[in-house]
Parts: sequence; C-alpha cells; structure tokens
Amino acid sequence: MQREADLSSSSADGSSRRDFIVVAAQSFAAVGGAMALWPFISQMNPDASATAMASTEVDLAPVKEGQAITVVWRGKPVFIRNRTKDEVKAAAAVKGNELLDDSARNAALPERAPATDVNRTKKGHENWLVLVGICTHLGCIPKGQSMADAKGDFGGWFCPCHGSHYDTSGRIRKGPAPRNLDVPPYEFVSNTKIKIG
Amino acid sequence: MASHESTFRPGSRFGKWLDERLPIPRLMHGQFVDFPTPRNLNYLWTVGGILTFFLVSQIVTGIVLAMHYAPTAAGAFDSVEHIRRDVNYGWLIRNLHAVGASMFFFAVYIHIARGLYYGSYKAPREVLWILGVVIFLLMMATAFMGYSLPWGQMSLWGVTVITNLFSSIDSIVPGLGTRIVQWLWGGYSVSGATLNRFFSLHYLLPFVIAGVVGLHIWALHVVGQNNPTGLEIKTASDSVPMAPYAVMKDAFGLSVFMVIFLWFVFFLPDALGHPDNYIEANPLSTPPHIVPEWYFLPFYAILRAIPSKLLGVVAMFSSIILLCFVPWLDTSRVRSSKYRPVYKWFFWLLVISVVALGYLGSKPAEGVYIAWARIFTVYYFLHFLVIMPVVGVLETPAKLPKSITEAVLGKGGGAHAAGAAAAPERR
Repeated sequence: MQREADLSSSSADGSSRRDFIVVAAQSFAAVGGAMALWPFISQMNPDASATAMASTEVDLAPVKEGQAITVVWRGKPVFIRNRTKDEVKAAAAVKGNELLDDSARNAALPERAPATDVNRTKKGHENWLVLVGICTHLGCIPKGQSMADAKGDFGGWFCPCHGSHYDTSGRIRKGPAPRNLDVPPYEFVSNTKIKIG
Repeated sequence: MASHESTFRPGSRFGKWLDERLPIPRLMHGQFVDFPTPRNLNYLWTVGGILTFFLVSQIVTGIVLAMHYAPTAAGAFDSVEHIRRDVNYGWLIRNLHAVGASMFFFAVYIHIARGLYYGSYKAPREVLWILGVVIFLLMMATAFMGYSLPWGQMSLWGVTVITNLFSSIDSIVPGLGTRIVQWLWGGYSVSGATLNRFFSLHYLLPFVIAGVVGLHIWALHVVGQNNPTGLEIKTASDSVPMAPYAVMKDAFGLSVFMVIFLWFVFFLPDALGHPDNYIEANPLSTPPHIVPEWYFLPFYAILRAIPSKLLGVVAMFSSIILLCFVPWLDTSRVRSSKYRPVYKWFFWLLVISVVALGYLGSKPAEGVYIAWARIFTVYYFLHFLVIMPVVGVLETPAKLPKSITEAVLGKGGGAHAAGAAAAPERR
C-alpha cells in the first residue's frame, strides 16, 4: 500500500510518478518499434552487390574524333563523346546567361561551379565529354549517341520522351528537364583510359 | 437499416448449432438477402457487383499466373511468353488477367462517375466515398506494379518515368528525392531488384484492396445505398429486399459486362496494351514515345500539362486526392444531379474534360496537344474547387418527388400495389 501511494503521489505541478512511468514506457516502445522497423525499410536500399559495381574502366583509344560510345556504370548508361574541334568551340562559346541551369553538375567540382565547358571536362582532355546518359527530367535515355540520331536543336542530345534538348556540352538548353546532364566522377588513368566511379 | 426483421431460419440441426455459436450465415443473410435496397436503382448500380467480380477474378488469375512466372530481370519476359505459349490454358489466364485489369478500371470509372452524378458522396456517405478513393489509389498502385512484370520496354520505361516523379522532391530538399528513388529501385537504375519487389507488392496489394472493399461494403450497409432520386428510404414501400431483386439485376448487369470483357479476352487481347511491351526491356534504349496504360492517361496528361517538374507531380497527385474533399466541396442541398438543372451540365463538361485529357495523354507532349491539355486541366480543378461550391449555392434545384415510391409510381398512384410489389412474400 505504501508503494501504491508512492507511485500515484502528485508533485507540485500535478504530475505523478505514474505519469512519468507511462510516458517513459510509451517512448521506449516507440523507439523500439522504430528501430525494429528500420531493417525492413533499409533492406530496400541498393545492396552490396549493386554498390560493388561502382567503378568501370574504359579504353578510349578506338573512339575516333566525332564518335561516341555508351558504357554501363552502376547500371546506368554513360555517354562518352570524342568531340570535334567545332563542337568544343561551340560549347565554349555559350555564355552563362544562355543556360537554363548554370551549375557544372560535375561530381569533381562543387555545386556552385558555373556550367562552363571547361568545368564539365578534364584539363588537357577537353575533347572528351563524359556524361551520365539519363535525362534529368524523368530518366529516359536521350538520343544523339549514334550518327543517325536526332541530336536536337543544339547539336548535343535530344530526349524523345518529353522533348529536352541538350548542347554539345550536355547542358539543358530547351525543354522540361531541370538540370544539365550529370558528369560522373571519373579520372584519366592513362592518356587513353578512364576510370569511372 | 434494421427496418426489416430477419427472415433467417437455420434449416438444419448443424445450422441451428452454428447459429448459436458463430452466426455468420445469419449475418450474410441479413446483409445480402434481406438487406433493403431502394426500389428505383438503375443499371449503374450494378457496377459495384461487377467490380467485386473483377477483384476476385484478378486475384484468382493472378495467383495462377504467379505459379508460372519468374520475377527476375533475366527470366520475366521469357516466362510471360512461356505462359502464353506453353502453359496449359496459359494464353487464356494471362488474357483474363491483362484484359481484366483494363475492365476493372473501365468499371471503376463508371462507378466513380455514377457517384459524382447522383451525389453519392454527400452526408452521411462521406466515409464510404473516401474509402472508395483509397481503393482507387490502391488499384492504381497495383496496376502500375503489375504492368512492370512482363518486363517489356514499356514496363521498364514506364517504371523509370513514374518512379522518377519522386526525384522532383530534389527541388525542395536537395538529394532527398534521389535517395527515395534509389530506395524504391534498390539500385541506381530500374533493375531486377526493382522487378522483384514490385512482384512481391503486386501480390500483396490486392488483398489490402479486398480488406478496404470489406470496409467500403460495411460503410455502405450502415448508411444504405443512394439511388437516382438521392432520397433516403423512408417507408417500407421505398425498398425491396436485396435478394432476389437487386441480386438478379446485378447478375444481368454482370452478364452484359462479361460479354464485352470476354470479347476482348478472345478476340482483341492486345488491343488495350502497347506493342512496344513485346520488346524485351533494354535499359540502354528508350522507346521514342512512352505512354502509360490507357486508364492512367488523363492523369499523365495533367502531369505533362504543367511546365514545372515538381508542380506537374503535385498537380497529378492532387487531382486524385481532391476527390476526398468532394463531400465538403459540394454545397448543394440536393444530392442527385437529376434535380440540378445547372450543375448537370457542368458534370458532363467534367466527363468531357477527363476523356479529352485521356486522349491528349496518349499524344506527344508538344504544340497544340499541350495547349489543350492545359485548358482541360484547368477545367478539372476549376470544376471541383470553384464550380461545385458556387453552383451548389446559386442554383435553384428542380422539385423533388416526396419519396422514392412517388418517383417510381407517380403521385399517390398505386400505393397499395407498391406495397405488394416491394415485398410480396410478407406484405
């Protein structure tokens, strides 16, 4: 009886030890419930075998000027284009105020870096453009890799799903896509070989 | 609704024994035999039964298909062809399931339109209506995941485009949308992992739908059915017992619907699908023109009509969520549009808008198609947010009949005959 009285005894602000025990027990159950739920949510994230495919090496030697190849990195297509001098010149000549998205979207550079052609390529390898070939609108693969494809109004890529036009630097110039095509993390391991990821 | 006393009499000794322990037969008899239905229900009220049939049919055919289907990126496409060519009656069961999905949606759109026309959402049927919207959303999720399973080009790219809708959250919280999309995919693109989980959920959701349908029918049997006059059942002569009257009418309605359904199953099984889905999924090549299944086209048109990615997604989802608020957006004192000379026209404008959006959703998103899609999208939202509340206040409704009986038999006419026809066995 003494214990009972203790448990329900009220303090000055009207709360009792029992109130505290109830709140503590409920919080404990809520945190425990959330912790038990987490593995069931997390199991849907990309698994170890998906993250393990994280890097790909590509030999660029067979890709002649003006040609483009598509390789797969993390299950996504990566566009690699050996641009002609005219294409590089056209891409470099575009001014910042002509762009819909003025961020370089280059994994190697900060978010703030402006979308100049230099910022979207590697120094000394300005003819090589490496992009994740997925339209930033709703994830279709833009056309423009093969010679016969429609390349859009700006000579780069054109997404047939909802009509986004990208220029020769992979920057969005017209259409509903919100961002430039992403430049994935990559480096030149030799003069003719890159490692993506 | 307890105006009719139970006519349930257990016939056997086992029946009596069970009735005292678990009176399920008594419950079923009360809800599906004695249950009073308005005597003036038209054929639009048979669609609920048709929908129940399709839910059961989709579950049965689906369970059978799952016995032969391989939910892997390497095996899915071939296993569907295997079902169509090698499995005994696989061609039939697969057609019943694929065409059944289309028919299910066709019937649900009639069901929703009937509810909107006759004001079936108005008090006291708000919860019944909202449960219906929940069922509709679950159906859309189930159908969307089901369409991914054949693993054709439209499957893959439809899933890619629709799951990418969540990446629009990136423009509110950078990175969050991408995290969500990768969580949905279980990878960095739509892959076998995505297919596998969609198969699991596609198997689960129909049973969730069945549960919510149970609540929908429960809510219906608490408040009673609406009817073309929108009047409540007031006297015994306003209603007839569900069996045999409504049951026979439902059976006939279902039979007619089955003719259309089976016509497609046997003669036009692929007419409602897209030929590109007979090309195996290729993650490196997008088909030139991606369209969802026909029953999603109006919402797809709304998505594309809005130039901003995020706002397009918001508009598409709110076009459906909006339906939950219809009971409170409609300010009219009269339920049925039959007695609403002004609103009636706006209702048909809404139907035309939705059909037009469906057509525009199947066209490329450019030029004049986009312009028209914008006009009809504006009307869709205007209808619910402005016209419903305003017309309800301003309109003078036509004169309502005094009762359901009067609506059927005319003023005072055949009061005696009405009683006899309503329940000949007991009055």
